[in-house]
Amino acid sequence: MTAQTHSAAEYALELRGIDKHFGAVHANKNIDLKVEKGTIHGIVGENGAGKSTLMSIIYGFYEADQGDIAIDGQVLKIKDSKTAIASGIGMVHQHFMLIQNFTALENVVLGAESGELIDDSLDKARTELNRLSDEFGLSVPLDQPVEELSVGFQQRIEILKALYRGARILILDEPTGVLTPQETEHLFKVLDSLKAQGTTVILITHKLREILAATDNVSVMRRGEMVAHVKTAETTQEDLAELMVGRKVLLRVDKGDSAPGDVKLSVRNLSMTDSAGVKRLDNVSLDVRAGEIVGIAGVSGNGQSELLETLAGITPVDSGTIDLNGHTLDAQHPMNPSQVRKAGIGHIPEDRHRMGLINTFSAYEAFVLGYHRNHEYNGALQMKQGAIIEDCKEKMERWDVRPQDPYLKTANFSGGNQQKLVIAREIEQNPDVLLIGQPTRGVDIGAIESIHKRILEMRDAGKAILLVSVELDEIRSLSDRILVMFDGTIVGEVPADKADERTLGLMMANIVPDEIKALQAEESA
Amino acid sequence: MSQQRIPAWITVGVIPLANVAMSALAAALVFWYLNINPLDALQAMVYGAFGSSYGWGYTLYYMTSYIFTGLAVAVVFQAGMFNIGGEGQAYIGALGVGLVCLGLGGHVPFIVLLPISIIAAFVFGGLWALIPAWLQAKRGSHIVITTIMFNFIAASLMNYLLINFMKPAGTMSVESAVFDPSSWIPKMHEVLALIGISIDRSPLNLSMFWALFVAFAVWFFLWRTRWGYEVRAMGSNASGAQYGGISIPGTVIMIMIIGGGLAGFMALNVVQGEAHQIKLNLVNQMGFTGIAVALMGRNHPVGIVIASLLFGFLTQGGSELQFEYSVDARIVVVLQGLVILFSGALQNMMKHPIERLYLRLSSNRRKTSEEFAAEA
Repeated sequence: MTAQTHSAAEYALELRGIDKHFGAVHANKNIDLKVEKGTIHGIVGENGAGKSTLMSIIYGFYEADQGDIAIDGQVLKIKDSKTAIASGIGMVHQHFMLIQNFTALENVVLGAESGELIDDSLDKARTELNRLSDEFGLSVPLDQPVEELSVGFQQRIEILKALYRGARILILDEPTGVLTPQETEHLFKVLDSLKAQGTTVILITHKLREILAATDNVSVMRRGEMVAHVKTAETTQEDLAELMVGRKVLLRVDKGDSAPGDVKLSVRNLSMTDSAGVKRLDNVSLDVRAGEIVGIAGVSGNGQSELLETLAGITPVDSGTIDLNGHTLDAQHPMNPSQVRKAGIGHIPEDRHRMGLINTFSAYEAFVLGYHRNHEYNGALQMKQGAIIEDCKEKMERWDVRPQDPYLKTANFSGGNQQKLVIAREIEQNPDVLLIGQPTRGVDIGAIESIHKRILEMRDAGKAILLVSVELDEIRSLSDRILVMFDGTIVGEVPADKADERTLGLMMANIVPDEIKALQAEESA
Repeated sequence: MSQQRIPAWITVGVIPLANVAMSALAAALVFWYLNINPLDALQAMVYGAFGSSYGWGYTLYYMTSYIFTGLAVAVVFQAGMFNIGGEGQAYIGALGVGLVCLGLGGHVPFIVLLPISIIAAFVFGGLWALIPAWLQAKRGSHIVITTIMFNFIAASLMNYLLINFMKPAGTMSVESAVFDPSSWIPKMHEVLALIGISIDRSPLNLSMFWALFVAFAVWFFLWRTRWGYEVRAMGSNASGAQYGGISIPGTVIMIMIIGGGLAGFMALNVVQGEAHQIKLNLVNQMGFTGIAVALMGRNHPVGIVIASLLFGFLTQGGSELQFEYSVDARIVVVLQGLVILFSGALQNMMKHPIERLYLRLSSNRRKTSEEFAAEA
């Protein structure tokens, strides 16, 4: 009995023996977790380690097969998210769940209206939200439609939503994916002040640096199991990575000097306006030479996707010219994606589910997407299925795609292996120019290592590589030169050795630090 | 997550059968309400459809039409679109077949005429689908709306043509002249009689073999050629297909022409094989039934042949029922409706319980083997 009251005081959330199967998949194996009250608790693990399943169980989306959940020492049955909210659990999802044309205030109140008339609820919420934002540094323009607010503000609204509903335990799922480093810093400050007021925060992320920066304790998950609970102060990135993967991993890539050759990809004054009339690319110019990697940093949604898709021939050019490996692409000379491929351009798209793969296709079918009209894969009438399958087997072996089953549906491969499928397909065609978008999004740490190695090999083989990524670490460790994009324009260029996080972060928010300005002035002079 | 571990025999075998069983159960309630013993009704239907070569003949004759109209929906569905225009495409296909038979019948031998009428059926049906396809590809008009509209336009156009141009002078009924007998597709009972097998007279004709061949050809096209690859890629992920250099408008137009052409083939069976003239309303809802056939056959040629046989059985068995018990002729529509209801609209009603049951049984089996291993 005393032990019970003891734990009631100490732990905001306690999981005992949580077990969850999805058919044959054992997603959570006998998970124990104790989250101390008023702390920030990190949970790390690779994709598919079971983090999301576990959080969904806590938030009432799934019910565990076995095990107990105790909140403030009291065992509760959380059947749905309504119960979870009522027990003081709040969740900020990775993808925000906001109504775009509602104001911040309306979004917060949605689903928590208190009377028949909305005005009363809004008035009440306004008072409460003003109090909350003063207390935690969560100021948000309450009366502006959400669609006009930046991602950082949208995330604050999500946090306010949870707090307004009385959350004492706040779960954040990959909260920093869409933030600039400065916004991330601000978020961590908010979390700290929440902690100071006694709120318990659970932070799920795959960015180890952030875990070290923000949390008090860390739990590591691997393949559905909790493999370690450690105090953040007593661990390092390398230790955590090893715990996550189960073996030693190289976090930084060893990279020799680049030997840039001729310009292979040249963009001049490229602009593009989308169907809604929004200018997505504004006067973009850049060069990529053979044997170098040019990185494009920026918060996602600042025109990087549009740039890649325009270069790949998917989106037509409005104005400006592109020289793709000696072929001109502009409004007068449009090229479709297959013509771009024929010009020697490979394209690893940012989103493999939306573009890179056809999820219902078998691996061997996905392996020829974009090259399916090539002579070597086709007879007069039918595709040479045997040859395609042989080819696929060979490449799967070379790229260590697992399982090595050409007949398996692409949807059934893990994220890392799907990405390897796409990268292998594009690189194996031996293009002169590679357009790469988010090469390691949703990919396991172990696989990241090998993907990075392959990209550098391509560079050293004399390919011109344009790399778009929202992971600053990735941009910094792979690129030879870094361009920063903001709102469809290129803010500036930073040599890789000058690209520290602060500089890039400021530029991502469209502020060019003086030393970079000086550098650019020097160059143009 | 859960779908990927369900074996194919459950998805394509057990679940459709359970759906059909559910609709049979519902049909039994209808018969019970009509004071007809459901078992007697079932017997009458089975006997009527399969009990004699006459019954078989009709069943397979209907099946042939359903294969064509079912494939017309399915190929387009593989590209991620819904072709509801089979009714009109088949009707216009009949115009093509009719023009060829009226114009060339008696002048050229059958062996020359047949390929021309096959091409005409495909081209007329395909061109009728081309207009909605073009509107979708270039103008973004939704193909579901336009193909429905084109069914009505086809019906009006055919009315106009039949009354003003094709109806022989001095006849009262709205139909074209009868084709020259040399242009008729031979009936099955005539062909079998040549080799000494005697079966009852029925509308069943040699276009059934064409239907089966076309079903195979559609499979080959979709799963063995690069064009089929592009169609399936687009149907499954249009932006992925675009990334892969596949022209979306071009694929829309190609697949709609193919779909319309397949619907047009129905006229070979109904017009050149049986009626031997263009009649008013000759498609008789078979284009619409093709939607149900495709749905039930899961848009796969093999499934469509099986589903067509089922719908052929319902059509023929239902009309026997009507003779036997003098129920309303629309009993056939009721039965078809029930099948569509349970295997189309309510297909997930049986799907999830059956999948869950399978998963529970299989995980129990695994558990016991694990326990066994642990003990040993």
